[in-house]
Amino acid sequence: MTLVKTKIGRRAFIRNTGLASGGLVIGFSWLASCKMTPEQVNSLPDEWFELNGFLKVGDNGMVTIMSPNPEIGQNVKTSMPMIVAEELDIAWKDVLVEQAPLNTDIFTRQLAGGSQSIRQGWESLRMAGATARHMLKEAAAQAWDVSVDEITTKDGVLTHEASGNSAGYGEMASAATSIEVPEEVQLKDNGSFSIIGTDKKNVDGKKIVTGKPLFGLDVYKEGMLTAMIVHPPAFGVKFKSMNAESVKSMPGIKDVFHFEAYPEDVEKQWSDGGAIPELVAIVGNSTWECMQAKKALNVEWEEVSKLESTSYHDEALASLLEKPQEEPARKDGDVDAAFKKAAKIVESTYSAPYLAHNTMEPMNFFAHVTPEKAELLGPIQTPEFLEQTLVSRLGMPAEKIDVMMTRMGGGFGRRLYGTFAVEAAAISQKMNAPVKLVYSREDDMTQGTYRPSYKVKYKAGLDENGNLIAWHVRGAGTNDDLIFENRFPAGAVDNYLAEKHSLETNVTTGAWRAPRSNFIAGAEQAFMDEVAEAAGKDPLEFRLELFDRAINNPVGDPEKNDYDPERYAGVLKLVKEKSNWDTETGESRGVAAYYCHNSYVAQVLELENGGGDMPRVNKVTCAVDCGIVINPLAAKNQIEGGIIDGIGHSMYSALTFEAGKPEQSNFDTYRLMRNSEAPKNIEVFFVDNGIDPTGLGEPSLPPAIAALSNALYKTKGRRFYKQPFINDKPPLVG
Amino acid sequence: MATYTINLNGEDQSFTCDENMPLLWVLREVLQKTGTKYGCGIGQCGACTIHLDGNAVRSCMMPISAVGEAKITTIEGIGDPELHPVQQAWKELQVPQCGYCQSGQIMSAVHLLQQNPDPSDDEITEVMSGNICRCGTYDRIKKAVRLATKLLENNQLP
Repeated sequence: MTLVKTKIGRRAFIRNTGLASGGLVIGFSWLASCKMTPEQVNSLPDEWFELNGFLKVGDNGMVTIMSPNPEIGQNVKTSMPMIVAEELDIAWKDVLVEQAPLNTDIFTRQLAGGSQSIRQGWESLRMAGATARHMLKEAAAQAWDVSVDEITTKDGVLTHEASGNSAGYGEMASAATSIEVPEEVQLKDNGSFSIIGTDKKNVDGKKIVTGKPLFGLDVYKEGMLTAMIVHPPAFGVKFKSMNAESVKSMPGIKDVFHFEAYPEDVEKQWSDGGAIPELVAIVGNSTWECMQAKKALNVEWEEVSKLESTSYHDEALASLLEKPQEEPARKDGDVDAAFKKAAKIVESTYSAPYLAHNTMEPMNFFAHVTPEKAELLGPIQTPEFLEQTLVSRLGMPAEKIDVMMTRMGGGFGRRLYGTFAVEAAAISQKMNAPVKLVYSREDDMTQGTYRPSYKVKYKAGLDENGNLIAWHVRGAGTNDDLIFENRFPAGAVDNYLAEKHSLETNVTTGAWRAPRSNFIAGAEQAFMDEVAEAAGKDPLEFRLELFDRAINNPVGDPEKNDYDPERYAGVLKLVKEKSNWDTETGESRGVAAYYCHNSYVAQVLELENGGGDMPRVNKVTCAVDCGIVINPLAAKNQIEGGIIDGIGHSMYSALTFEAGKPEQSNFDTYRLMRNSEAPKNIEVFFVDNGIDPTGLGEPSLPPAIAALSNALYKTKGRRFYKQPFINDKPPLVG
Repeated sequence: MATYTINLNGEDQSFTCDENMPLLWVLREVLQKTGTKYGCGIGQCGACTIHLDGNAVRSCMMPISAVGEAKITTIEGIGDPELHPVQQAWKELQVPQCGYCQSGQIMSAVHLLQQNPDPSDDEITEVMSGNICRCGTYDRIKKAVRLATKLLENNQLP
């Protein structure tokens, strides 16, 4: 066993006896209103004993575990409590899970983003379980007058073999609340887990398939009004005037007003990216009535900055690719000299459009702001940052602001930017009433915080033996400089130059599932195939050669490279084996590997031959190194979803602009992948190495784009440089 | 405004609302049955799929005045008290990620299996292509429909 200091916040150990006394249960009325199943009701205890902020033990041995982080479909509401339950040593069937509200005194990093929930929660979740188990053991040791070291636990039962004593956790729960919190606790060895590493079904699975109200849009409170906003129709314009009088008298409409969602003096957080300062609010009795008023309302807008079009973005990015960076992001050796003596040179440029997040549940939030307090409830990836903005926007101390999270109908980065919740609070404050703000699909798609548009140019030099001697990358993005200069192949090439530029635009951008990686992996790994072909080498072996170089004789300071070449090569070797890369010499396969968000993923993608414009994907074989896999059932779901997301968006999706206005506003014009276009089969394999776990929400998406692109080359006989690939047609000849 | 009585999940429900209000918003906001989801409002994404006299219909496009005597079944009406085999399969194979689109997916799948108890993979993906899943659960949806056909072999559709 590993002995660790109990580092979780001491305030997590403010103990309460009994259900009603804990601050944690306040504000749960809505979330707790989802009825429990009959089995759960029958087994509910008479009294709960809170051993720390993460868990409470019932007198009958049931345990409630609080899931601290927002749930966006990445399944943390199941996998995070699994880690607590493991160290507590309780049977999973005896666990109830509750979504915790924002509580910075108890929990750290209540945020869904960067695939970090499991990685950064790992230690504190284990400690919470292990500490409670220790306190239960101490209580038993005192009751039985034996040494605590001789007490063992299993599935919620304490046993002292020598004396023949045995008791369930429930019997010792009351006594355990008065045990002192230990200075250090023993954690289980990584090899001895009984819950971690096993398939556990989603704790909300039954509620989802029966349509129970779990999502922000499902929130209903007595006396609640519905609000919608009208935002500027184009980037570069702001509110000028409107004639709201006729609209105010429409059925079900309470008020129509112009308001400052973000007055100039509001102290913004990074999560307020994309905030629109001035909006129009329509408040009424129902969403549909607000939609009708919205259609009837005539708002005039005035131009305040350039009205940008996609053609402008394309031209401006292309011209940045011609411009050297004054101080290159990274420079090893001398690429110019190497290109001069190279036997072969390969050069290509790749590009991708803006993308909208398009969570299936449009943005929404419930807010009830009174002079005394603010109650916020809804789908948000960044509750803590939201609270900080509200302190400034509402002029209210954090203690008076309650932020609670519902399940989210998708996030993909969009709900990192909680401007919609701030808008809801501002409207509620103005109306002095509980309000649910609802975005229409059109509002949601045309409002911004998009995945930036990108372009990148690569140039590689090979010597006469097909060895990579020079690599030059220069990238540019809208409001984002794109390049991770210390990622592969940095460290594997003697002469390496990375340059990056950002194009300032007024179209707001933000993190979109696997930010930057969602484009650069597809470009880098597709270019790697072009270089391997020029070298006359198998693309998978070519990559392994480079990793050998990075392992055995890295270029520059290996500490600077933000990847581990052995783990990188490891997933490639695993996918090589599992896809029968060497024995099945299908003409239509592509390989790619990428490292991001602390996890390594390699894929082999096989396309069906023939087909129409876009051949269907027969199979994706995927190898993943994310260290310990908490819940394989859900982990595979994340990997599959990322692959489908990557393939779907790179094949079909784009958001374009004309005079500042998004040209797509709903799913009739913005194409998302459909079931009949999805891969026929996906197989996922994990590297078993016992390393502390890392995230899975994002890392499988980026390499899928390159594996697809490389397979497309095999079937179509030409390279695909422009996303979406469906529009990347060969030039007409003749 | 007009008064309507509709048959929802086997029970008559009476209420007053605008005759143009789509059935989706009647279900969600007048009758508080929020299992049927709003996704696009233009019949493109399938999140609002319900059954109207046994046909799968996009409730976001159907005005309440057009419902008449038709029997409406929503996600709340197919698995009570026992889960429908399609719901069982969805749960067993852990299809949902975020879960938001899954009410509509399940309603489409139930309708598919009522029409065709043993669909081929191509028939499954063709019918299920009316429902967008942004999380990318398409592969599991296909597998779950196949599992549901097996569960249904010994268990006739209600």
